[in-house]
Amino acid sequence: MSKPDLAVSIAGLRLANPLVLASGIFGTHASLMVRAARAGAGAITAKSAGTQPRSGHPNPSCVDFGGGLLNAIGLANPGAAAEVALLIETRAQLAPLGVPLIASIFADRVENFGRVAAQIAEAAPDLLEVNISCPNVASDFGEPFAGSPATAAAVTAAVRKQVSVPIIIKLAPNVPDLGQIARAVVDAGADAICAINTMPGLLVDLESGQPVLANRTGGVSGAALAPIALYAVYQISAAVDVPIIGTGGVSSGADALRMIMAGATAVGVGSAVYREGPAVFERIATEMAGWLAERDLTLDQIRGRAHGRVLWPEAPSTPPVPHAAARATIPQEHG
Amino acid sequence: MITATSGGGLGDRSDGLPRPYRVASLRQENHRTRTVILDGPVDAEPGQFCMLWLPGLDEKPFSVAAASPAAFTIAAVGPFSRAVHALAPGDRIWLRGPFGRPFQLQGRDALLVGGGYGVAPLLLLASRALAAGHRVRVAIGARGEGDLLLADGFRQLGIDPILTTDDGSQGQRGRVTEALAPLMDADPPDALYACGPHGMLAALADLAGKHRVPAQLSWEAYMRCGIGICGSCEQDGLLLCADGPVLVDDPVLREERS
Ligand SMILES: Cc1cc2nc3c(=O)[nH]c(=O)nc-3n(C[C@H](O)[C@H](O)[C@H](O)COP(=O)(O)OP(=O)(O)OC[C@H]3O[C@@H](n4cnc5c(N)ncnc54)[C@H](O)[C@@H]3O)c2cc1C
Ligand SMILES: Cc1cc2nc3c(=O)[nH]c(=O)nc-3n(C[C@H](O)[C@H](O)[C@H](O)COP(=O)(O)O)c2cc1C
Ligand code: FES
Repeated sequence: MSKPDLAVSIAGLRLANPLVLASGIFGTHASLMVRAARAGAGAITAKSAGTQPRSGHPNPSCVDFGGGLLNAIGLANPGAAAEVALLIETRAQLAPLGVPLIASIFADRVENFGRVAAQIAEAAPDLLEVNISCPNVASDFGEPFAGSPATAAAVTAAVRKQVSVPIIIKLAPNVPDLGQIARAVVDAGADAICAINTMPGLLVDLESGQPVLANRTGGVSGAALAPIALYAVYQISAAVDVPIIGTGGVSSGADALRMIMAGATAVGVGSAVYREGPAVFERIATEMAGWLAERDLTLDQIRGRAHGRVLWPEAPSTPPVPHAAARATIPQEHG
Repeated sequence: MITATSGGGLGDRSDGLPRPYRVASLRQENHRTRTVILDGPVDAEPGQFCMLWLPGLDEKPFSVAAASPAAFTIAAVGPFSRAVHALAPGDRIWLRGPFGRPFQLQGRDALLVGGGYGVAPLLLLASRALAAGHRVRVAIGARGEGDLLLADGFRQLGIDPILTTDDGSQGQRGRVTEALAPLMDADPPDALYACGPHGMLAALADLAGKHRVPAQLSWEAYMRCGIGICGSCEQDGLLLCADGPVLVDDPVLREERS
């Protein structure tokens, strides 16, 4: 029983393990991102930045409802110029640890995505994630660009034109046809997909009859998001061949392995960092390695497994189906 | 070296959603500070804080001044704190928490130091320390006589607090750290516990360091989520809402590590 290698690669970039710190958690300060890297994250995503500084939404802006978190932080960020300095500082501190840095951007209009991307690219992040799926800024920006294949592709193309760094497009769960949107962004030049952002949600305080968040609505993350995220990764991996960072409700090795079985290459971890602190990365990686070692399996052997079918005794046993081959046998859409 | 008071996770978050309380009574403490006493308890340790919420207005962190019933000692300085002062008995107020790492008693001899409304969590700490059999000494600093807070509360516990004011209008004139220097020379405590403005805490860290006394300092930062996820309260790689607000500065540990 050898210790399994958890290394994965996204757009040619090697991650020592598949666990990626999700955007918006610990991604506001170099010190915190370095802390997550030291604690065992395979890659670090910075908090999403836009052209201008934003102070975000008033409080309450994030609460734990038991099944997960509801947040409307509202993309608080220091603006692209300050973000470049933050990313440069962070990258310098992550480099000796061998942990790649993923920058994250958002914007209000298609052209502005290109503009922020060009600005942020000055910091030379290893990858650039494009957040077109935050549910908390609809009042400022309108519906997320992740909502339709056309707008998602337009943003992807605008960013692609401006930068040479590999780009990850971050998708939303609450759309009619994720497979189609995934195809559209890949055709427009996306090198990878991150799925998913939070799911719109509302909490109402019984005594006041008022929404708990000052923004009224927010985005659901954590455990409640897990089956929704698995579904999204499953749909996307059935539609496209680029690597997927499966994100949503992962807090254990089992959760992370399921994400990979659904078709993910890497696994985002956000809310679980709040529950347990950055030590969660080491624990998840250890649990993954233990599970794989016990069964003498590798990540490549389980990736996309959920797309295959178990064959019972009368049929000859087949080896685990690798992801690409499995695609042919997937029931495509639900009617 | 500043570290969090205990290792492992970021604490218990079972009380995630705001819970409604009613104001039972309000007590005027000084010209701009009132203690809001609620109609139920909060399961908190000294040094922890709660997020107080008034729907439609704001939600802000306040140190737990008493646990049973829950009470908060609040200086009216802006829109939210003034709104809390304006509440009447019977009015609703909501709270999330408690959150953060509390003070943890070390040794048998405690010196508690409070500046401004930083005195708020120390009364609860003093009563717990006395109950645990500690010798407890208290020093309170303020700008002037009218800004001194909760001195009577300590007297009711049988502790005669050392008072200092910047202008000398009551107690010793000058900074609380100056008043404590001779005490630290003659009869140092096993540990120093403090809450107040950053300048005071930094000076106390130096003083305690010189005397090789561990200091548990409660730091304040701009907080939003209060639960360690948004990053607003970062200080030197720590999230003060979750890793703090109480951080331990232990000079002996510091030497061992360096
Ligand atoms: C962990 C923690 C514990 C806290 N515990 C307490 C507590 O026990 N009691 C308490 O009164 N406050 C406490 N605070 C501060 C409290 O959360 C609010 O910041 C404060 O009540 C001001 O809010 P506001 O909306 O009324 O005024 P704001 O509009 O936020 O502030 C008005 C102005 O007053 C300044 N200011 C804020 N607080 C003070 C102050 N105490 N003295 C002088 N100027 C000030 C601000 O910088 C600003 O310029 C605590 C904060 C933290 C992070
Ligand atoms: C407090 C908070 C802030 C977030 N901020 C961002 C952000 O700035 N950009 C982004 O792309 N996603 C953001 N997200 C979404 C997360 O990156 C992630 O997609 C989502 O939380 C699901 O993962 P989880 O269940 O592991 O938290 C945020 C999530 C939370 C809880
Ligand atoms: S207040 Fe949000 S992390 Fe501390």
